[in-house]
Amino acid sequence: MDVLLQQLFNGLTVGSVYSLVALGLTLVYGILHIPNFAHGALYMVGGYITLMSMALMGVPYFIGIAISIVVVGSLAMVMERLVFNPLRHAPPIHDKIAAIGILLFLETLVQLVWGADYRAMPTPFADTVSFLGITVTWQRIMIIVAAVVVMILLQLFLKKTMVGAAIVAMSQNREGAFLVGVNANKVAMLTFFVSGALAAIAASIASPINLVYPGMGHLVILKAFVIIIIGGMGSVPGAIIGGYILGLTESLGATFISAAYSDLIAFVLLVVILTMKPQGLFAQKGAH
Amino acid sequence: MQGLKKMRMPLIFLLVALLFPLFTDNQYYIYVVTLAFIYAIAVYGMNLVGGYTGQLSLAHAGFFAIGAYALGLLTVDANVPYWLAFVLALVITTVIGTLVGLIALRTKEHFFAIYTLCVGYIIYLIIYEWDALTGGVRGLIGIESPAAIGPITFDTGISNYYLILVFLVLTVIFMKFLTESIVGRTYVAIRNSEELAQTIGINTMKQKLISFVISTFLAGLAGALYASFVRFIGPDISYTMMTFDFLMYAIVGGFGTLFGPVVGTLLIVILTQSLQFMEDFRMIIFGPLLVLLVIFYPRGIVGGYQMWKMKRAYKKKQRSVDQGSTYEGGD
Repeated sequence: MDVLLQQLFNGLTVGSVYSLVALGLTLVYGILHIPNFAHGALYMVGGYITLMSMALMGVPYFIGIAISIVVVGSLAMVMERLVFNPLRHAPPIHDKIAAIGILLFLETLVQLVWGADYRAMPTPFADTVSFLGITVTWQRIMIIVAAVVVMILLQLFLKKTMVGAAIVAMSQNREGAFLVGVNANKVAMLTFFVSGALAAIAASIASPINLVYPGMGHLVILKAFVIIIIGGMGSVPGAIIGGYILGLTESLGATFISAAYSDLIAFVLLVVILTMKPQGLFAQKGAH
Repeated sequence: MQGLKKMRMPLIFLLVALLFPLFTDNQYYIYVVTLAFIYAIAVYGMNLVGGYTGQLSLAHAGFFAIGAYALGLLTVDANVPYWLAFVLALVITTVIGTLVGLIALRTKEHFFAIYTLCVGYIIYLIIYEWDALTGGVRGLIGIESPAAIGPITFDTGISNYYLILVFLVLTVIFMKFLTESIVGRTYVAIRNSEELAQTIGINTMKQKLISFVISTFLAGLAGALYASFVRFIGPDISYTMMTFDFLMYAIVGGFGTLFGPVVGTLLIVILTQSLQFMEDFRMIIFGPLLVLLVIFYPRGIVGGYQMWKMKRAYKKKQRSVDQGSTYEGGD
């Protein structure tokens, strides 16, 4: 029983991180129909910026996260301006290749600047706490709480503000949004900023329990893709639910099936789903 | 004669390739160029399914690794004679490729790219984790060189060089006939618009599958050659980064052009090898290069060259037409 509870808790932690990453990915996909392969690199850069601002400038953890949000958000925005905007009329294959180019560049750049070592990120939440017969670190609780708070804020932003509404409008109907005067360039840049910020938050809260290294984004981004396919490309609730489903499945699978192949679960899930439904679950009408 | 003139550049290139080992005693140079030839064969596969048919398959390194591991395991663990193992490795890769293709090609565009990316990662994880079969992270050591065919042996670097050159030339010739045939045009039609291709009566699923299977066959061929040439294989060769490397070779040379893969692969492999210090950091330059190429020169070096030649020919024709019209006094 304790093992089960412990694993459920771990699943929630991992799922929270997955959800945040998948949210960024799905927002960009909803607006621009770009599967942003470089999103994993943004995640990785987010982890490094937080870690390095703590290590080099000595700022506290939360200030580090704030710096990371601004830096990675701006980086994502620059990416949109310099790369994806010029490519908006190109065949879809070009976006993917360009995204891969960015991914390779960012990863190598980080490796060049900070080396390829695995680094641990310090956290003020290192103490453990016991309840209901399980023992967890405060960091894990913080991850779950932070993820929920971020999701609520995002939801409020998308539903209650004009700018957020513009993002939603554009993902629903591009031409319709233009007709009522939505500025496509601004919305695209903003979406990329939000997407980068989400990646930075996810990386910053996950890094203290994982590690920071140049390849840390690889698996996360692949799984985020799995999630948005499960949850429907471009769907916000889908990304959140999909993230938790995957997190829970993985941590239960790792305990009760095989730890070595736990990473495989996501991909087998994806292969099975796409085999049966090539358009993904919850395929939206008219979405490409 | 006209045909010969058209093929002048490739023939000069082939002559240089044939004579290259006679001009250098440096085994290392021969090694690097041979490696580039092997990669070029794999890149041809990627070029066919990605560049011509327009389906970005990101599981390519996985199939490369399946070919390599099939050959390695058959010769090292099962003691199968080399050339039999070689053929079996190709069969195994092609069969797996067909199975994957049957399912993967039901998905389209982004889904296909993501699906194949995940398939590639599954292959990597299996090779990495299935210690008992593949040797896991330690890899396979001591794979034998290609066995002698009659009096010709392949135990030196130079003999391997020529063997692999033969395979490469065969690949290029095959691709030339394939892409210039009606089948090749069918692929381009699918790339330009799958719906349109369907309306003119192309069975797009079947054609995409054939193109995908050929591409995995070429990946397997390159993998098998790689295994017996380098004689050591590890899980790294199936990793996503390897696929991205192949993709980069194809894009730089020219995606969807006949000679793009050879040009791109040779150029980048030789460039990175000659700048050894760059080995780990080559993507600092090549990452942005990839982005710039797809924005400004989506057809790469070969495509750009063809474009330049066509423009020049057009201008020449324009000029002669202009002269002609003044001579006749205009209309």
